[in-house]
Amino acid sequence: MSRRSYGLRAWVLQRLSAVYMGLFLIFLLFHFIVDAPQSYGDWHGWLAGSFISIASALFFLALMIHAWVGVRDVIMDYVNSTASRFILLSSVALVLVACSLWVVRILFEVA
Amino acid sequence: MTENSKRPVFLNLARIHLPVTAVVSFLHRITGILLFLLIPALVYLLDYSLASEQQYNEVVDWFDNRAIRYGLLILIWGFAHHYFAGIRFLLLDLDIGIELASSRVGAWIVVVAGVVMLFLGAYLLL
Repeated sequence: MSRRSYGLRAWVLQRLSAVYMGLFLIFLLFHFIVDAPQSYGDWHGWLAGSFISIASALFFLALMIHAWVGVRDVIMDYVNSTASRFILLSSVALVLVACSLWVVRILFEVA
Repeated sequence: MTENSKRPVFLNLARIHLPVTAVVSFLHRITGILLFLLIPALVYLLDYSLASEQQYNEVVDWFDNRAIRYGLLILIWGFAHHYFAGIRFLLLDLDIGIELASSRVGAWIVVVAGVVMLFLGAYLLL
């Protein structure tokens, strides 16, 4: 395996995902203040729209990338044995990828 | 790494004085870990609330529970802190607020913003 830890790329991805999520959350907050869903119909219907659906999927994708970079940094800082690092990083990656696929499935089912 | 046993250890937390910038940064990391651990639960909640009208109503009722609301408040504070500390880090990346004095001001703003969100959440939820 390559020993490069893709530092610059990870740093950029973490910042980009943070900015996207930051803006999306402001948008989300506005929506919930101005036009909060009052029923299942509202909630389901809102998430079914193609713009919201894609924007939300992007949000979760950004979240997984952002979380991966962050947690990887924490693991690299505190976990020193190569075996433990490998196991932990693999587990985290698995959980994040699984959650991403789960979210895509959820949003697809709504549309 | 061979002289580890001779290095002084000072773990009296009551007497360790960390600057506010360090506390903000440390909390940013801890809240990040907390939020990460909640991701599967968050996705599950999304799934559950969208599955059917009955399940949606169950989720709404669940959030009416006082204990859940207290938990939610902790989350709101944790998320707000992570969010505002993150903005501060992004600004620092652009070399904004990088001098010692302004970085301390920035750190205090983050702390206050998090607490304000906590109080706002408490006002809205409790």
